[in-house]
Amino acid sequence: MPDALLSVRGIHTYYGDSYVLQGVSLEQREGSIVAILGRNGMGKTTLIRSVAGLTPPREGEILFRGASLRGRPPYAIAQDGIALVPQGRRIFRSLSVRENLLLPTSGLARPRGGRWTLDSVLREFPQLAERINHSGGALSGGEQQMLAVGRALMANPHLILMDEPSEGLAPRLVQQVEGIMKSLREHGHAVLLVEQNFALAMSVADYVYVVASGRFVFEGPPAALAAAPDVLDQHLGVAGAKVN
Amino acid sequence: MTSAVLQAINGVSLAALLFLLASGFTLSFGLMRVVNMAHGAYYLFGGYIGLTLAEKTGSFAVAIVGGGAAVVVIGFLIDRFLIRRTGENHLAQVLLTVGVAFVIGDVALALWGGDNLKVQAPAFLRGAVVLPGEIYYPMYRFVLIFFGVFVGALLWLLYHRTQLGAVVRAGVDDREQVNATGINVDRLFVMVSGLASFLAGMAGVVGGAFLTLYPGAEWEILVYALVVVIVGGLGSLEGAMIGALIVGLLDAYGRWLLPEFSYFVLFGPIALLMLFRPRGLFGREH
Ligand SMILES: Nc1ncnc2c1ncn2[C@@H]1O[C@H](COP(=O)(O)OP(=O)(O)OP(=O)(O)O)[C@@H](O)[C@H]1O
Ligand SMILES: [Mg+2]
Repeated sequence: MPDALLSVRGIHTYYGDSYVLQGVSLEQREGSIVAILGRNGMGKTTLIRSVAGLTPPREGEILFRGASLRGRPPYAIAQDGIALVPQGRRIFRSLSVRENLLLPTSGLARPRGGRWTLDSVLREFPQLAERINHSGGALSGGEQQMLAVGRALMANPHLILMDEPSEGLAPRLVQQVEGIMKSLREHGHAVLLVEQNFALAMSVADYVYVVASGRFVFEGPPAALAAAPDVLDQHLGVAGAKVN
Repeated sequence: MTSAVLQAINGVSLAALLFLLASGFTLSFGLMRVVNMAHGAYYLFGGYIGLTLAEKTGSFAVAIVGGGAAVVVIGFLIDRFLIRRTGENHLAQVLLTVGVAFVIGDVALALWGGDNLKVQAPAFLRGAVVLPGEIYYPMYRFVLIFFGVFVGALLWLLYHRTQLGAVVRAGVDDREQVNATGINVDRLFVMVSGLASFLAGMAGVVGGAFLTLYPGAEWEILVYALVVVIVGGLGSLEGAMIGALIVGLLDAYGRWLLPEFSYFVLFGPIALLMLFRPRGLFGREH
């Protein structure tokens, strides 16, 4: 796929001696949402961390906009245009909401500029505007998730890695997350989404991969996954789940 | 009564010195979790450089800046070529930096000898200040209090009111996530570590003008600085301020009231504090 934004080619990723990703390949187009599904501990976060450079693969290659990420440290990958909304949100607790949002615009991060500024992010997330001077640690789970997404947007990235953004959120907030992802796609951002919330992933994704024990066991459009009861049953435990 | 007041001033002025040394130590530890036991040696070495500069130029300001700058250079080389190789291995860091401290101490002994040497303070800081109640107090130690407050205020503003400070605070919270935000944390650490080195070298010059400089001074001051950092909580600037005050006052009153047990007066309450707040007053789990 020549027009791939992100191309993961046969990567093998370890934590020390523990062999987690065992030959994973993935393609993502500019402005698309790709979802990674799979049960707990199957290697979803490890895939995200591999792309972000936090746990670089020992073998295989990751290309972003045609260039290899091999040997590039996480900060350089972020400067290339890949932003991370990590599992558990990882808001900086000692920083105010404003400082959290402005962090990617610090000169040290070589900000690229673009349509996302403090003003436009606060317009997108009015809850954050109300709490702009609160400390990041004082926010509710939902607000922290908005902040984590807002912080990623402030870097004006080409690709946003989102690791379980709906984890621990009330249904109303899950809907907001869904809306945000769709609006990000409209604005031309690609999203690589890891989700346990099957319905959410199926409703937003253009393409889906299912991971089990460090390998992909399915890939295809959501409709194809919905029509694969064996995969749903064996690897996701959602046999008969309603797909919207 | 007068003595009690005098001891309070003594304690606060020692606290000012300890804060200079401990503030940089706590911030660089908070950011990189690097335990640098050579910090006391940085203090002593900076003090000796300042001593020589003060003799050569007659300027105390040149001595302070030069002592700080010399330690920035040495500290950078030690970080870059030695400490960085230890990765996350704290035990290796402790052993390595204790070794580095011995080497620095020996070099200092060869260059400056084993006598107690005193950095020459400028004329206007010599003599005594007369405080209300006819209390005579050494001018130098009195002014040191204001210097400590001044440096503390500058550091506080830098840490809490600038974007660079926010980046450092974020790094103390979650270094990996700062990296993933596009910021080269290693480069940030070089800056923070440079600041810490400068503060240590400067503290040596400032302290050398009233505590004098001599072989072994590096370990005495290191113990105090470590206690300050542990009481305040690793990585907390406010903790270093409060910790320095507590240690300075306990030390002054301990020496006055129970001279034979002054170490006990210092470490007893701190051992108790550690029982109830093992992370120190402002420390958070890491
Ligand atoms: N830092 C680590 N050191 C060693 N092993 C790890 C580490 N992090 C994760 N693992 C192991 O790697 C495997 C994959 O973990 P990963 O976090 O990628 O799973 P996941 O699919 O994201 O799970 P979850 O849905 O629970 O977030 C698991 O078996 C986990 O125990
Ligand atoms: Mg995970």
